[in-house]
Amino acid sequence: MKEELFASGRNIPNIDPYLNIWHWQIPSYLFLGGLAAGLLLFASFFTIMGKENKMEATVKKAPMLVPFILMLGLFFLFLDLKHKLYFWQLYTTIRLESPMGWGSWVLMIITPISILWSASYMKEVFPKWDWKFKILNTIEAWLIKNRKIIAWPMAIYAVILGIYTGILLSAFNARPLWNTSILGPLFLVSGMSTAAAVIMLMSKDHKERKIMGRIDILLIVVELFFIIHLFMGFLAGSEVQINAANLFLGGKFTAPFFAFVVILGLIFPAVLEVFELKGYKVPIIIPAVLILLGGLIFRFLMVEAGQITRYLY
Amino acid sequence: MRYAMAIDTRKCVGCSDCVVACQTENNVPVGFCRDWVVEVVEGTYPNVSIELRTERCNHCDNSPCVRCCPTGASHIEDGGIVLVEHNKCIGCGACIQACPYDARYSHPDGYVDKCTFCIHRVREGKKPACVSVCPTSCMHFGDLDDPNSEIVNVLKNRKFKSLAPEAGTKPQIFYLV
Repeated sequence: MKEELFASGRNIPNIDPYLNIWHWQIPSYLFLGGLAAGLLLFASFFTIMGKENKMEATVKKAPMLVPFILMLGLFFLFLDLKHKLYFWQLYTTIRLESPMGWGSWVLMIITPISILWSASYMKEVFPKWDWKFKILNTIEAWLIKNRKIIAWPMAIYAVILGIYTGILLSAFNARPLWNTSILGPLFLVSGMSTAAAVIMLMSKDHKERKIMGRIDILLIVVELFFIIHLFMGFLAGSEVQINAANLFLGGKFTAPFFAFVVILGLIFPAVLEVFELKGYKVPIIIPAVLILLGGLIFRFLMVEAGQITRYLY
Repeated sequence: MRYAMAIDTRKCVGCSDCVVACQTENNVPVGFCRDWVVEVVEGTYPNVSIELRTERCNHCDNSPCVRCCPTGASHIEDGGIVLVEHNKCIGCGACIQACPYDARYSHPDGYVDKCTFCIHRVREGKKPACVSVCPTSCMHFGDLDDPNSEIVNVLKNRKFKSLAPEAGTKPQIFYLV
């Protein structure tokens, strides 16, 4: 029998036709969080490897952006809250079950670490810098002595922060597009790739740029594999997951996703970076900006599309 | 004690009286609903079947909204009723994303709002507003742990289903089919 299915009834003016509760603030926040995580991870990695002086922009200059990036991200998160005056309730409870709960605690820890890290390099990056108070000089001396020890927790928290930006979405069972554990590693790798792009923009040292370029190519390849993996997982899943994947494989997000994220945001900059490594002259600003835009658009598309996907009943 | 609801899809006529009763009882702002009626038609004319369902928060046993709440504003009251404490809610929207039934909405005052099973009435021994006004008496509300309750009786004698059980939420609204 040819069967038609017709469902109607739920048409609540301010809620339907589909969920639209998270707007530009959340994807921007996820992007900034991933970027900050990547910057801190590279800084601590090269510090632990003992390459501080070979990777000046990575270890000394780029982390100075992180406190500002994190504060801007937190500000966006604050803008997203609908009951703003009660935001402090986030820090009166510890709820490990809630990704947003432990994520806000991770930010509470990693923001001061990133400020201390930047403070320890202030005099080196800005030679005329003066702390004015004796106690600040004492703290600075202690920080400089213990950088390698600080680098370890910073690396660990950076990884948690990067993965958290994905888990924030993947913890929602009700949104099939987000409900996949690959989103954590995918957002971490994507965040690291955007961080590498920022470092390449900031670095004046040709050798350092070459190292970051190589790392970035590797990250982009891993990211592409993760994206393939994401859709493979969906297509092998239940109906709601197949529907979610189809939004990107023929549905209304196909064109922006493949044009701006996969091609312009990943493959094209990777090709440009390969050309640069081969010795061709490529202005670094082109691949770097494309990677940053690709990362940002990727998060916007995921957040927007995820809110459309839902259980069928 | 475990409060639950059984709704007879064969008796419901889709009048939306439950929706209006809820809005009046709970002062729900215009343009929002804590409960709603869904109409599902299957088949090709003339062989069609219709199902009318009044839907609301399922007060799930394994409630994803309570798990994802960063402040503990969403919590489970005695009797398994899922509630939002307005002064603890920061309006982050996580619980709205977490609900497979889209039963929550952002109240214009900022906090997240939803069906409370009319806990204020239940505590006084009354039935929820939607149940008490239903002209066809298609809704049964009661305690699943009480073997003599009306709802246990109904669920014993009728076939029933719940919505999206594959979401793993263990919903506590049962639809008699």
